[in-house]
Amino acid sequence: MAVATSNIPNIYKPYLMRIEKVTVEAPGVRTFRLVFTNPEEAEKFTFQAGQFAEYSSFGDGESTFCIASSPTRKGYVECTFRQAGRVTSGLASKDVGDVIGFRGPYGNTFPLEAWEGKNIVFVAGGIALPPMRCVIWNVLDLRDKYKDVTILYGARTVADLVYKDELAEWDARPDVRLVTTVDPGGETPDWKGQIGFVPAVVEKAAPSAENSIAVVCGPPIMIKFTLPVLSKLGFKPENIFTTLENRMKCGVGKCGRCNVGKTYVCKDGPVFTFAQVKELPPEY
Amino acid sequence: MEELKNKVRELLKAGTVQAVIGYRAGSDEKTARVAFVRQPDEADGLILDPRCTDNLAVYLLKPEVKLLGKLAIVARPTTARTILQLASENQLADGQVIVLGVSADGKAVVELASFEALEKFVGQVPAGLTEEEKVLLAKIEGMSREERWAFWQSEFARCIKCYACRAACPMCYCSRCIVESNQPQWIPVSPHDEGNLEWHLVRAMHLAGRCLNCGFCAKACPMGIPLNLLTQRLAEEAKAAFGAVAGGSATGEYALSMFKADDKEGFIR
Amino acid sequence: MAETRLIRKDALTKLFEKTRQSGRRILAPKAKGEQAFFEEVTSFGEVCLDHVQTRSSAKEAVFPKCEALLRYKFGDKGAVSYDEKPFEPPVTVVFGTRPCDARSLAALRAVFNWDTPDKFYLEREARTTIISVSCTKADSDCFCTSVGGGPGDTAGSDILLTPVSDKEYLAEILTEKGQAIVALAPELFATAGGAQKEPHLAKVAVQFDVNELAKTIPVTFNDEKVWQEQSLACLGCGTCAYVCPTCACFDIQDEANRQGGVRLRCWDSCGFSLFTLHTSGHNPRHVQSQRWRQRVMHKFSYYLERQGMLGCVGCGRCSRACPVDMNLVEHLKELALHGRNG
Ligand code: SF4
Ligand code: SF4
Ligand code: SF4
Ligand code: SF4
Ligand code: FES
Repeated sequence: MAVATSNIPNIYKPYLMRIEKVTVEAPGVRTFRLVFTNPEEAEKFTFQAGQFAEYSSFGDGESTFCIASSPTRKGYVECTFRQAGRVTSGLASKDVGDVIGFRGPYGNTFPLEAWEGKNIVFVAGGIALPPMRCVIWNVLDLRDKYKDVTILYGARTVADLVYKDELAEWDARPDVRLVTTVDPGGETPDWKGQIGFVPAVVEKAAPSAENSIAVVCGPPIMIKFTLPVLSKLGFKPENIFTTLENRMKCGVGKCGRCNVGKTYVCKDGPVFTFAQVKELPPEY
Repeated sequence: MEELKNKVRELLKAGTVQAVIGYRAGSDEKTARVAFVRQPDEADGLILDPRCTDNLAVYLLKPEVKLLGKLAIVARPTTARTILQLASENQLADGQVIVLGVSADGKAVVELASFEALEKFVGQVPAGLTEEEKVLLAKIEGMSREERWAFWQSEFARCIKCYACRAACPMCYCSRCIVESNQPQWIPVSPHDEGNLEWHLVRAMHLAGRCLNCGFCAKACPMGIPLNLLTQRLAEEAKAAFGAVAGGSATGEYALSMFKADDKEGFIR
Repeated sequence: MAETRLIRKDALTKLFEKTRQSGRRILAPKAKGEQAFFEEVTSFGEVCLDHVQTRSSAKEAVFPKCEALLRYKFGDKGAVSYDEKPFEPPVTVVFGTRPCDARSLAALRAVFNWDTPDKFYLEREARTTIISVSCTKADSDCFCTSVGGGPGDTAGSDILLTPVSDKEYLAEILTEKGQAIVALAPELFATAGGAQKEPHLAKVAVQFDVNELAKTIPVTFNDEKVWQEQSLACLGCGTCAYVCPTCACFDIQDEANRQGGVRLRCWDSCGFSLFTLHTSGHNPRHVQSQRWRQRVMHKFSYYLERQGMLGCVGCGRCSRACPVDMNLVEHLKELALHGRNG
C-alpha cells in the first residue's frame, strides 16, 4: 500500500565535516578544526557559545562534546576531546582530510548579551577549558563590550595544559589577566605560572565580584571547592555559570539518558547558573 | 517452617548475621518473592513452599544487598549448589554467608556455616535434569540439524536483548559483560538476528558446565525463550567430556578455564 | 466523528482478508506458551484474545526494538557518504490492543515529537491504524483507571471493539483511519441498534489517587530509605522497560565493515547500571535505588511536568513480567501514602 512520505528531516543525520586541522594539545587530547563538506550547509549553519554537538566516527558511533571555537570565527567549528572510549579512539585515529559527522548545535547558550558591560572571570580546570574557550574568544572578539577579563586555568601538570599557544597569546594581551596553575609536583623547572590547586589560586587572585560574572568549568571536585571561594569573594549563585556534562546519546530530548530529575541537560542545558544547579537533585 | 523462622530469629537476635535472604508471599497466591529479613519479628512473614523457586543466590553478589552486612540465605539444593559454584570461582569466601539449607521436600532446615558442610548437604541430593527436562531436551535432540537450527533461529529472533536472563543468572556476575566491552566490539549490541545469535552462543558457552539449572534465566526472559535448554545441554556435554558437574564442591576446577599438561586434546598441549 | 456499528466475530476473518489484500500488515496477539505476544499474523485464526494483556506491548509497530537511523559508505581517503533511501515503513494495522495500549501512543508521541520531530516514529505512527478490543476482564496488576484510562476508553484507538455478546462486537469507529478500514468491507458493519458497551466492561477499581501521588513523590525524592527498600529485590534487568508500552529510552550504536555501516537505535532501559555511566567512570545513578526512583519519577512526575501527561497507562505489564515480582501498584500506593505521612 502506497502512502505519501512526509518530508520530516532525519534529526539523527549528521553533517559531514572534513578535518582541516589536528592539534595535539596534551597527551591523548586533540583539537579538530572541522569544515562542512557541503558549502550550502556551511552557509546556513549558526551556533552560539555554550552549545554542544554529537561527533561521529562512522563505524564507531557518536560522542558528545561542546563546540570549542567561538561563533565569531566563521567557516569552521572546533572540538577538543580526550581519547577514552570507542568513539573517541576512532576519532583520534582520524587525520586531516578525513570525514567525520557533526550533529548539532544543541542545547542552550551563555547569555553573552546580558553580560555586556560586566567583568568576566573564567575559572577552568583540566580538560574543561574547551567549553570555556568558546566563550573566552567570543568575549575577546567583542572585547569593547565587556570590562575586565580574568582567566584562571589550572591543570594537573604542565603537560596537561591545553591550548598552550592561546594561553601565551592571552598572557601577552594587556586587556586580559591570565593566571595559570599546576598541581604541586606537576610543575617543570621552567614553569612560570602558579603552583597550587585551583580553589586556592582563585582565592589568592581574588577577582572582584562587583559587577562581575564567573564562569566555572572543571572536574566536580574542583567545582565543589571553588564555589565556596567565589561565594566568599561575594559572587552570587545566579552570577556563577557552569556547563554540566552527562551521558548523552540523542542530544534532542528523546533517548532519556541525560536527565537530572526533570531537567534534560541536552535541552535545558548544558549551561546552568549555580542557582539552578542547587535546585537539581544530586544525580549528575 | 517454624524451625526456619526460629533459626532466622536466632541468627538476627544473636547478631550472627544482619540480614537473611528468604522467601515471602508475592503479589498473588501463585507467586513468592524474595524477603530481606533484618528484624527478628519480620521472620514471621517467611514462607517455604513450592512457589519458592527463585535462585536467591543471585542476591549474594548484588552490591546493594552486600551492604546490609553479614548474610544468611535460605537455600534449596539448587541455590546451595550455586553457592558452592560461586565459591569455586572465588566469588564467595568460606564463612561469608550462612546457608540455611532446606531439604528437597522443603521440611528440614539445617544451618550450614562452612563450605564443607554445604558440600555434604548437596552431596545427599542428586543433581541433574528432571524427567520432564530430559523429555524436552530429547525432543530437540530428536530434530534434524535443519529443524534444530530453524527452531533456535525462530526463538532467538524473538530476543529483545534486555539481558534479563543475564541479570537473573547468579553465575552471570561479571561487572562488565563481554556484550558491553566495545573495544573491540565483540558482539553486536543490537537485537537483530545476527546479534541475537551471537549473544546466545556466547551466553551459553560462558555458562557451559557452570550452569546449575535453576531455570531463573528462562523465568526472567520476557519473551518466553527457553534458553536454559542450551545451558542444560552444555552441562551434559561438560559432564560427558570432563566429568564436571557444577556446584558439587567449593574447590571444583572449572573444565573450560583449566590447563592441564596431560590434557587429552592434543591442540591444547 | 465517532460512529457506532456492530460487527459479527465471524466477520473478522473476512475483515482480516480484506485488510491484508489492501497491502497492510497486521500485528496482533499470538499465543506462545502461557503468554501472548504482538506478532505479524496473516489470518484472524492466528489471533488470541484470551489474555488479559499481552506480554510484549505493541510499541514495536511504531518504535521497533532495532531500527536503522542512517546508512553510510566509506570512500577513498577517509571519505564518507550517505546511502540514502526513502523511509517507507510498512502500512500497519495493530489489532487487539487494549485501551491502555492505545493510550500509550500519546505518551510515546510526546517524547518523539518534543521540539524536534522524530521522523522514524512519526512516519510509522502515521501509517499505523489501531483497532483495540475493550477489556471484559482484568487482573490485579491492571490499574488503567488509576491513571486516567479505563477498560472501554477510546483514546488513541482508531476503532474500538467491545464484545457485546458471544457473537458480536460493538464497533466504535473513531477516526478517519478507522473509517478507511471500515471502507474495505462496509458490508461487514451493521447498524448498532441499541447495544451498550458499559455493561460488558471489566470492573477495574481505582487503586490510588494519581494527583496525590504526583504531589507526594517529588517530596519523597530525597528519602533514600524508601527507594532503597523498594528496589532491594530489583535485579536491574530492564524487563519492565522493554515490555512497557510507553518506555521510549534508546541506545544508538554503529555497526560497520570496511565498505560502510549502519547507525541503529535499539531499546534501552534506565534500570541498567551502565545506562548513565560516564566514560570517566563517574555514574550519576550508581545504585539501583536511584535507577528505580528514576523510573517511577519519570513516569509519574517528570512526564507530567515536561509532557503534560502521565508516562504510564496502567497496563501492568511491568509487574507481570518482573522476574522478582516487583509490583508497581504496590509501590505506588506505598509512595502515595509515604508522602502523605512524611
Ligand atoms: S544459565 Fe539459567 S539455569 Fe543456568 S545458572 Fe544461570 S539462570 Fe540458572
Ligand atoms: S531475557 Fe530473553 S529477550 Fe532478554 S536478552 Fe535474554 S533471551 Fe533475550
Ligand atoms: S510502567 Fe508498567 S503499568 Fe505503566 S505503562 Fe509501563 S508497563 Fe504498563
Ligand atoms: S523487571 Fe523487575 S527486576 Fe527487572 S529491572 Fe524491572 S523492576 Fe527490576
Ligand atoms: S541526550 Fe538523549 S535525552 Fe538528552
